[in-house]
Amino acid sequence: MSNYRIQGETGEWEVVIGLEVHAQVTSQAKLFSSAATQFGAEPNTQVSLVDAAMPGMLPVVNRECIRQAVRTGMAIDAQINRWSRFDRKNYFYADLPQGYQISQLYHPLVGEGALTIDADEKAGIPEARRIGIERIHVEQDAGKLMHDQHPTMSYVDLNRSGVALMEIVSRPDLTSPAEAGAYVRKLRSILRYVGSCDGNMEEGSMRADVNVSVRKPGEELGTRTETKNVNSVRFVMAVIESEARRQVDLIEDGGAVVQETRLYDPDRNETRSMRSKEDAHDYRYFPDPDLLPLELDDGFLAECRNSLPELPDAKRARYEGELGLSAYNANALTAEVETARWFEELLGETAAAQGKPEKDVAKQAANWLMSELLGALNKIGASLDASPVSPKAGAELLALVGEGTISGSIAKQVLEFMLETGDGATAIVEREGLKQESDTGAIEAEIDKVLEANPDKVEQYRGGKDKLFGFFVGQVMKAMQGKANPQVINELLKQKLG
Amino acid sequence: MTELTELGVAQIRDGVRGGDFTAAEVADAFNEAVAGATSLNAFITPTPEVAARHAALVDVDRAAGKDLGAMAGVPIGMKDLFATRGVRTTAASHILEGFVPEYESTVSHNLWSAGAGMLGKLNLDQFAMGSSNETSFFGNVVNPWRRNGSDVALTPGGSSGGSSAAVAARLVPAATGTDTGGSIRQPAAFAGICGIKPTYGRCSRWGTVAFASSLDQAGPMARDVRDCAIMLGAMAGFDAKDSTSLDLPVPDWEGTLSADLKGKRVGIPREYRMEGMDPEIEASWEQGKAMLRDAGAEIVDISLPHTKHALPAYYIIAPAEASSNLARYDGVRYGLRELPAGAGLQDMYAATRAAGFGDEVKRRVLIGTYVLSAGFYDAYYTQAQKVRTLIARDFAEAWDQCEIILAPTTPSAAFPLGEKSDVPLAMYLNDVFAVPASLAGLPAMSVPCGLNAQGLPLGLQIIGKELDEQGVLDAGRAIEARAGFTAQPEKWWA
Repeated sequence: MSNYRIQGETGEWEVVIGLEVHAQVTSQAKLFSSAATQFGAEPNTQVSLVDAAMPGMLPVVNRECIRQAVRTGMAIDAQINRWSRFDRKNYFYADLPQGYQISQLYHPLVGEGALTIDADEKAGIPEARRIGIERIHVEQDAGKLMHDQHPTMSYVDLNRSGVALMEIVSRPDLTSPAEAGAYVRKLRSILRYVGSCDGNMEEGSMRADVNVSVRKPGEELGTRTETKNVNSVRFVMAVIESEARRQVDLIEDGGAVVQETRLYDPDRNETRSMRSKEDAHDYRYFPDPDLLPLELDDGFLAECRNSLPELPDAKRARYEGELGLSAYNANALTAEVETARWFEELLGETAAAQGKPEKDVAKQAANWLMSELLGALNKIGASLDASPVSPKAGAELLALVGEGTISGSIAKQVLEFMLETGDGATAIVEREGLKQESDTGAIEAEIDKVLEANPDKVEQYRGGKDKLFGFFVGQVMKAMQGKANPQVINELLKQKLG
Repeated sequence: MTELTELGVAQIRDGVRGGDFTAAEVADAFNEAVAGATSLNAFITPTPEVAARHAALVDVDRAAGKDLGAMAGVPIGMKDLFATRGVRTTAASHILEGFVPEYESTVSHNLWSAGAGMLGKLNLDQFAMGSSNETSFFGNVVNPWRRNGSDVALTPGGSSGGSSAAVAARLVPAATGTDTGGSIRQPAAFAGICGIKPTYGRCSRWGTVAFASSLDQAGPMARDVRDCAIMLGAMAGFDAKDSTSLDLPVPDWEGTLSADLKGKRVGIPREYRMEGMDPEIEASWEQGKAMLRDAGAEIVDISLPHTKHALPAYYIIAPAEASSNLARYDGVRYGLRELPAGAGLQDMYAATRAAGFGDEVKRRVLIGTYVLSAGFYDAYYTQAQKVRTLIARDFAEAWDQCEIILAPTTPSAAFPLGEKSDVPLAMYLNDVFAVPASLAGLPAMSVPCGLNAQGLPLGLQIIGKELDEQGVLDAGRAIEARAGFTAQPEKWWA
């Protein structure tokens, strides 16, 4: 339970939040037809006879969509229902060709599960929390209306009609905007690990219906509102804040919250009523007689389970436990599947290049990826998956540092050359003459010069001004254009200064 | 040589194979018959050119020495509920009046693959909802049969009334039908022909305009049992595009057809004997028993205790599914669109559906919408589903005592057009004997067994176990062989 409270005139209010996340299933074909699902195609070019609900057309369930939903269920430790069924949700709208959406009301594919959101003190999440997930069911998406194509008419694009969605329904376990945001991010991370949804909220592959109610601490649940189709984590959080505030103000002014569907207007940062419960549709759900119940056999379930990747929580625990990474790094490296994938490739290459076990080079690899590479990529505006430096090339660079050929600070320069030219680290070090000088004689000669040139400082140091040690190191390094082995400088300086 | 239009499916097939006549000659003869019978209104869209084209293909194949299919050279009538590529498909409705599909239903595709040809699209009750063919937007079909000495126009039955009339009047050797709650069997009985509804799932529903998905099943209507066996074999088969299609091989029903019923037990359900039953129907039932006994079967009394609940359950389930299945006819993508000046989306829906659907369709959409509504769902739909389960169990238990069930097909012979059209409940009662087998998904057939005192044909219904179309066809053949039904309506039409 977070300590998030709305301060009202009559005291503090708690917020109770439940999220229904609609996640588009990653699949080549639609839930009940073979039409393609690619985003951004020309309108009405990905529409089968079934999607257009031509007379006599029948749905046939796409096995891959079911598989992805089952794998998602397994990833949130949910009960997988071996027997489930599709129902028709009946209503008329121009983007719904059949006049009904095929969904699962009575017997969903996936039952009770949960996911963990991590503690994040800064964000106001004092401790990790387990958030219940009531169910995941599979359903068809609707088409899209376009109102800006004609002065008096609306156009319909059916490309999205029939695309498979997973509706992932949380328990009302969330108590703050921060928790809700963390929940959506964690869910998105899991979906992307599993590969069942690309989690792309900008393209609408993931959107949330946000249920919010408020109550005085310890009291019964208040009446909730549902804000539909919220399409970013930021907006989810903003909806909760503004809606909770609105509800508190309303109640404190003597009004009552009405159970209704609302829409979020990001420009004004407020929600507004779409329709109230009174004029809510009667969807007349009933089992779809065109489809047989879904029955999952052991082989199918085993394949689903065996094809699951290591998931973010397990991976993070392993990074901390087995690889000895800091909690911060383990968390950052596992949050996105692409980062983890990149890191693991880097780790493998680094271990191979240096002939060491992974755990001995894990910190080096993690630190470099987190502090050097991501920063450098950020500067040139590139993402990790578009990095001009491959994990293998990174490992080559790290090997040069590991074996003492270059120092860490030279490595930064080398990385910049690599990003610019795409050349390998070894070649750059050769070409630019950046090889680290470890020859004691050469370094000793420079040290002598520096000490000779600064007799006053030598005296001060010997008189107890220890801080000057760094000055001498810097002078020597400068004289050697940064290529001297810092360890050797340290040792020799200490000897000379006595 | 006999008139080609006097020939049935097997005779035409064999004659074309043997070179006695060409498929083109057959198509010509039937095209002419169709053109000469417009007063029956059996066709919504005759397609003589399609029949000629199909026939030409068969003749070319034969000349090339290729193997000919099971229906090669046989031109048929296609109930206008099956989508036919390039030929308008109306479901006898205004809303689909101008609809020309770009796809072919699986059943019609299978038939064309077997060498059949299409004489045209046959009239039916609108969206297959009706038992008299009076709900068609294109006007009712007239039964070629008349009462002795009367010219009162009778119903050909429904919903496959165009099919029954066309077969009886020798406009087609055979026709497709669909049966949701008796729509093949009742019109077959009214027209003195044979018709079989196979086990649910035998024939693909893909491309057939849906009425009630869990009940709809296509089947053949023809002059005799053998022709039905041949044509059903050509129509049936697994279809991956229909999730409810049965993934089973299609048996050789024609090849194993046998009228010998030795060792078979025939159940007579006592609940089908109803108060005030037409004595002639009862008498025909007695004759049927005698015929089957004569064929070697043992007659046993059985009970199907939930029979009286079948019709009410059917009139909940079928309209419920229909109300949802027909939601797609909304004026947005195809078919009729009524767009009054200044109309919004809801107005367009209302205007389109008000103009596009007939009264009976509207009645069933309303019933279906009502029984699925929040607050009524459990009392109606859930209860009806329970009844459906009980009906299926009745049959399952009956199979301990018998292999086939014999019953009347209809409570009466064909009745005059207009007699029941204003009384929906009286109309619905026509299906009282047909509906239980539909709810249970069982194969069931009607075969003619004789004429009543007024000279109208009567049908007997044979219901079989799931997948036992063979048993049904065999019993039908046994009745047919003994009834010696050769009567034909006297030609009065033009």
